[in-house]
Amino acid sequence: MSAKLVVGIDLGTTHCALAVAPLAEPDAEARVEVVAIEQLVAPGALEKRALLPSFVYFAHDSEAALALPWDAERRFAVGELARARGAEAPQRVIASAKSWLSYGSVDRRAFALPLNAPADIEKISPVEASFRLLDHLNEAFRAARPADGDLSAQEVVLTVPASFDAGARDLTVEAALAAGFDQVTLLEEPQAALYAWIEQSGEGWRSHLRAGDRVLVIDIGGGTTDFSLIDAVEHDGALGLQRVAVGDHILLGGDNMDLALAHVVGQELAEQGKELDRFQVTALGHACRGAKEKLLSDPTLEQVAVVLPSRGSQLMGGAIRGELRQQQVQSYLLEGFFPRVAATELPRARPRAGLTQVGLPYASDPAITKHLAAFLAKHAFGNEAEARPPTAILFNGGVLKAVPLRSRLLETLNGWLTERGAAPARVLPGEDLDLAVARGAAYYGLVRHGRGLRIRGGTARAYYVGIESPMPALPGLEPPVAALCVAPFGMEEGTVAELPPQELFVVVGEPVSFRFFGSSTRRSDAAGSVLERWRSGELEELPPIELTLPAAGRAAGDVVAVQLQASITAVGTLKLEALARAPLAADERWQIELSVRHGGVASGA
Amino acid sequence: MTVTSLSLPSRLWLAWLSAFRILFDGRFAAKVAELRVATAAREPELSAAPSSHAQPSAEPEPSPSVAAPAARAVPVDGALQLLSLLQREGRFVDFVEQELGKFSDAEIGAAARLVHEGCRRALHAHARVVNVRSEVEGAALTLEQPSADVKLVGNVAGSAPFRGVLRHRGWRVEELTLPTSIGGHDPKLVAAAELELS
Repeated sequence: MSAKLVVGIDLGTTHCALAVAPLAEPDAEARVEVVAIEQLVAPGALEKRALLPSFVYFAHDSEAALALPWDAERRFAVGELARARGAEAPQRVIASAKSWLSYGSVDRRAFALPLNAPADIEKISPVEASFRLLDHLNEAFRAARPADGDLSAQEVVLTVPASFDAGARDLTVEAALAAGFDQVTLLEEPQAALYAWIEQSGEGWRSHLRAGDRVLVIDIGGGTTDFSLIDAVEHDGALGLQRVAVGDHILLGGDNMDLALAHVVGQELAEQGKELDRFQVTALGHACRGAKEKLLSDPTLEQVAVVLPSRGSQLMGGAIRGELRQQQVQSYLLEGFFPRVAATELPRARPRAGLTQVGLPYASDPAITKHLAAFLAKHAFGNEAEARPPTAILFNGGVLKAVPLRSRLLETLNGWLTERGAAPARVLPGEDLDLAVARGAAYYGLVRHGRGLRIRGGTARAYYVGIESPMPALPGLEPPVAALCVAPFGMEEGTVAELPPQELFVVVGEPVSFRFFGSSTRRSDAAGSVLERWRSGELEELPPIELTLPAAGRAAGDVVAVQLQASITAVGTLKLEALARAPLAADERWQIELSVRHGGVASGA
Repeated sequence: MTVTSLSLPSRLWLAWLSAFRILFDGRFAAKVAELRVATAAREPELSAAPSSHAQPSAEPEPSPSVAAPAARAVPVDGALQLLSLLQREGRFVDFVEQELGKFSDAEIGAAARLVHEGCRRALHAHARVVNVRSEVEGAALTLEQPSADVKLVGNVAGSAPFRGVLRHRGWRVEELTLPTSIGGHDPKLVAAAELELS
């Protein structure tokens, strides 16, 4: 069945959004439209909102069903009610499932959320939690547009952080397929933001960008920060766009900022002898967000009162009153998260304590400008041939709705540019920073049908497998590892890497695990190159990959020589296969499992 | 609960159709609130075929006594949803239900700030409220025609044009989207009691 619509889905760490565009309409005037998502906002209260908070709440036996128009008996809720319950009953709520998706230290298909759930909850994996979010979007879409049927009948473009590795992309697709989205394609979020800008500027975008321009996309969401560089290049006389670099996965966003301010105000209240319980701390977070927005939008405001209601029905008398001062916002928010730093100042890495709880690898340095400096040092200010400073900047993500934060980023960046004798960067005027990614994703769906300009770029990393050199065992010394490039940087969708002239051996019937590496900086390694050594930080170790050769046609225990071949699927995921050097049948090949848990234990996929 | 969810949409539907009926019966009908009520309540089922009743709207003949005015049923569900929304976001019921007597203005002020912020956020997220008149309050204003939008106060006598001073700019809800009730939840429960387990 051919799709009538392209659907853009922003599956965010803190919020999801949905946008559609018609495919059938003749070119040019196809409009992208945001679909409001019906969700429970309180028990028994249903509402349509543009954003669906990415939270899943599990009802307790004492509660009535969390009924939706399409399911009267539901025992869980997705969206605003789930978010609100997160403050009241946190053990029953899943938040930030997406961050767990990209966390290679756990088995992301089996690992159970919510982390500290009580025994009555049947825990689910980060993949299933993502599926629940997507499934809710699908149900809400069906309810909102019954004539268009199911999202599975449409072409779906799902956005992922540019910094997602091959495994996290695979798992995202797995969640989408579970939701029935057979025609799904992945798109990097910063690219989606740029597509949204193109869509919104109409033909006018060409006057803002010229060949030779390099756009820095800074995307700061509730939970993550993502950087990309996209070049405007000339292709056969026409302007084209090419994504040239993406940043590391940084778990740092608006929620951290609100938390920091709440901490500051909470500290002051504690000094006045006013102790807060968990509920009041959450309320303080909300109150500080409101106060922060007021102070940021009006720099002449000296302070804003922050009032925490008493929890009982007696509002007056029990309320705790504090205040957030302009100077605190300046020093903790601007100087803490967006300090003016030198282009050479890199984020401080905190050594991990020997014993840590299972938890997300949050960025240890909150200074976003330092993370930006590190990104640009790698991709824009270095000595490599491709290194070139950005000429334009596009802001995205809810946090950057605040003008002073945008100004600080721009000012810092332009300072670095001036030092290098480069011209200051221009700001591309984006709108609708919360919804741009979903809109841009839907627009990209049209682009795939030839309705506009496509951003080229291919994979954002080169991929390597680790090969241990044969050497005698020495106590206390790990055998040295060489890295064999299996997929070069910048592979486009639907392409296959040249078969590298290498040979690996696999025992039939037994899982073999390979160490797996990615690099966002080594752009010229071809498939088959072997790196004996590399600079620190150049290669990042990813969760290991695994291959099991079925015994079919061979004896268990036999050793078979294979070659690894990489391709990028039409969906946009990396596919690694092992091809037998001496095939028993024509085209004998086996799929290699990405995103296996550290330690090489097989997951039951 | 299915009975409620079935009857509410049909009530809304009737209300919707009635509104069009009023439009087709002429602009002057809208000026007289009682007449509006009467028209809407008296013949909602006829409104399915409004085109045959279309009349030129310029007929300046207000006829305020077509039928005895009948009160419309109050849409209870929407009202309860609004109340529960204002309580959830702005502790509205808590505020209004508490006696102010023994509290200082500072304490009341602190609470008011909270209620104001929450209720304002809730209102702005669910309704678009605009001023009826855009002139500055206290300015001289001449009203060429009587209008249901403007209430005459003071020495109310004579005929249009009316010359006076604008005392209040008025409010009109341009758009309203309230949460809808679903499931077995009792909409009268605007805030459940809370029991914290440790």
